[in-house]
Amino acid sequence: MDLSLEDRQEGERTIVVVGGEIDVYTAPKLREKLIDLVSAGQYHLVVDMEAVEFLDSTGLGVLVGGLKRVRAHDGSLRLVCTQERILKIFRITGLTKVFPIHATVAEAVAATETA
Amino acid sequence: MATVELLLSPLPVHVRTARMVGVSTARRAGLEDDLVDEFRLAVGEACGRAVAVNAEHAPDVPVKIMMRDDATGFTVEVTDAGPASEPVTDDVEDLFGEDEIDTRVALAVLAGLVDDLHVTSTPMGTTVTMRWPLPVRLP
Repeated sequence: MDLSLEDRQEGERTIVVVGGEIDVYTAPKLREKLIDLVSAGQYHLVVDMEAVEFLDSTGLGVLVGGLKRVRAHDGSLRLVCTQERILKIFRITGLTKVFPIHATVAEAVAATETA
Repeated sequence: MATVELLLSPLPVHVRTARMVGVSTARRAGLEDDLVDEFRLAVGEACGRAVAVNAEHAPDVPVKIMMRDDATGFTVEVTDAGPASEPVTDDVEDLFGEDEIDTRVALAVLAGLVDDLHVTSTPMGTTVTMRWPLPVRLP
């Protein structure tokens, strides 16, 4: 399955809903999306990964790149993910210490509000 | 003993093909269901890394993938044509640039993912060899 990307606004936050496979071929599309959002002044991002079927280190690199971009504007990038097969690569790379990972979009949004 | 061999032009679009062929071949060989996700990711990382290496250092040389099963295990070898690279097992955040990822990240992921992993480099390139156990088949 190819990559699907949708985004919506919730107040000052942007929810990016990602589905399908994030790999060496599709990751550039996600990178473009994150760059476009930051360029448009959206600095508080919630990336909903519940519909992601595959994520490799190229995809991780794009998420880290997005995190660095929003941090440069005092922003935030939170992930929503409960799938063990996706979480595993975050644990292997130590990135669970870098990304706030939430079980639901509502939880991620609430965390952004109180941060 | 079955052998499947793939040659991929070093283009990212082909990495998915390699994953699909790999998973299909491994399932047919008897790879257990709870190892399939790990297997898919490992093949994707190894092939994605090799494609990136060849694209940079040897764009005319295909990435070679060899898969075979024997009585006790399923082996995948992925060979590139680039300079030597060593696995990294520390936290890898520093390896992630703003727009590019370091191919050492893929090796770090593989080191954390695959118990039976060997990386061998020669002047001709690097081979990543991964092996997974197969259930013992009764005669």
